[in-house]
Amino acid sequence: MSQDQKHQVLKRKLGPEDLRRFETPAIERESHGQTSAKSSVPDSLSTVAVDFAGVTKSYGNKIVVDELSFSVASGECFGLLGPNGAGKSTIARMLLGMTCPDAGAITVLGVPVPARARLARRGIGVVPQFDNLDQELTVRENLLVFGRYFGMSTRQSEAVIPSLLEFARLERKANARVSELSGGMKRCLTMARALINDPQLIVMDEPTTGLDPHARHLIWERLRALLARGKTIILTTHFMEEAERLCDRLCVLERGRNIAEGRPQALIDEHIGCQVMEIYGGDPHELLSLVKPHSQRIEVSGETLYCYAPDPEQVRTQLHGRAGLRLLLRPANLEDVFLRLTGREMEE
Amino acid sequence: MIEDFAAALPANAWNWVAVWRRNYLAWKKVSLVTILGNLADPMIYLFGLGTGLGIMVGRVDGASYIAFLAAGMVAVSAMTASTMETLYAAFARMHSQRTWEAMLYTHVTLGDIVLGELAWAATKAFLAGTAITIVTATLGYAAWPSILYALPIIALTGCVFASLAMVVTALSPSYDYFVFYQTLVLTPMMFLSGAVFPSDQLPHAFQQIARCMPLSHAIDLIRPVMLDRPIGGIALHVGVLGLYALLPFFLSMALLRRRLMR
Repeated sequence: MSQDQKHQVLKRKLGPEDLRRFETPAIERESHGQTSAKSSVPDSLSTVAVDFAGVTKSYGNKIVVDELSFSVASGECFGLLGPNGAGKSTIARMLLGMTCPDAGAITVLGVPVPARARLARRGIGVVPQFDNLDQELTVRENLLVFGRYFGMSTRQSEAVIPSLLEFARLERKANARVSELSGGMKRCLTMARALINDPQLIVMDEPTTGLDPHARHLIWERLRALLARGKTIILTTHFMEEAERLCDRLCVLERGRNIAEGRPQALIDEHIGCQVMEIYGGDPHELLSLVKPHSQRIEVSGETLYCYAPDPEQVRTQLHGRAGLRLLLRPANLEDVFLRLTGREMEE
Repeated sequence: MIEDFAAALPANAWNWVAVWRRNYLAWKKVSLVTILGNLADPMIYLFGLGTGLGIMVGRVDGASYIAFLAAGMVAVSAMTASTMETLYAAFARMHSQRTWEAMLYTHVTLGDIVLGELAWAATKAFLAGTAITIVTATLGYAAWPSILYALPIIALTGCVFASLAMVVTALSPSYDYFVFYQTLVLTPMMFLSGAVFPSDQLPHAFQQIARCMPLSHAIDLIRPVMLDRPIGGIALHVGVLGLYALLPFFLSMALLRRRLMR
């Protein structure tokens, strides 16, 4: 499929506003006010949606969240990026008032949590990491039942269900049992379910973990549609690509600590600032000494050498003629930032 | 700490209905199968033991053995139905299916969930106990219309055993532990509480133990009603059952809060 055809398909799938978002990277969205969802939100709402101040949580002797502070503005997509065990899910649970912090203060939608978590939850939608739909109920029944948990009458739920089904692209599956749906459809239904109370803030905990690439793109596209509607999103993920594509800002977590925070590209520029040459297929330690003089910095991870070189051609020349080596030159990404900051890879 | 516990209590008097309705909706789809399953077991006991042992036993406390046994089986079936629902089905919704987790994202509190689950388990106990009452009355082993008074007691019995089972559910790491509660608590209780034979035949110490057990209070209320006899000590029996429904409810709430909201 040519780029043009892809573009056409995309245009069909997305609304005009979605497409603008798709075409405009997250960082530019921030700087170009007119295309930003944030700009469509009245000024009175452009406030802090979520604020963590010095939040600490430990289980036994293990500190899971360590003096964590961050703020999320209304209408932005904020990422919590980190490997498994970095404390992402615990942060999400604390935000919902399902776990009490040992120290620090949390404010969500202007309300202190966990003290008034129930009030805060009125304005929050949750897409959990693990599928917890009612398997034995149909798609429509799942939405109806969930509406009741928010005190919505059957009539009130029935009024919003068609638009939710349309959002989830499940109009034709309304009467199908959840157990008959594919993984991607289930996740779309979970997103639709999270919208039943028309929340201002949506918390998505690893929304694409365990999905195939096709379903992942569908979720990303739906997520963008939510941003276009002016929703605030907190996204936890360990996929750099996901964070880079979707997040206006993010914080990189390691063992519950905020080790870097900012816009994805700004973080990459600040911490890496050049292209990356990946070299593999040889003894990394032998190669290290060869390319070191031409590199700003070098990381070895497994059998791969990550060479951060201002002039990659010099490195290429240096390695010229060595059999069995594979070289890959690519732009720096958040994985490199994580590697730089922690000395290890994100995905374990 | 007390504030945290207060936040987990039922939010209001009606939130639990949403939880009850979720369970009802899911159950409706398989209702016929589960009704037959729930009824078959106590019916087989009733007619198997009633007719088989009845021949040897003759009359018990002035009634035919099967009529004596019927009241015991009604109470036991209510106990079993609500226990099973709370141990296995509610545990699945809490643990493996994560249904409770989804509920906790909403306006529903942990207390609303527990209350909804208990009410649902009591509903199933009510259905099971009532069905057996009607069958035995139709066959002439229980008295119309006084059996109608048994219905609220069956519902209360359902609440009691749902509440007790919720404590076990809150404490169990997995399904495997439920069998201890069933074999070490419920089965002895069935034999000590006068469900299958009169408890006044037991040694004095066992009788004292039986008096502390909720099942014997339920049977002491249900049996006279079904045999159309005067009931003694209604307030005491209802009071004991009420305590057995309420205290474990609050205990299970505290335990579940520690388990799920840590």
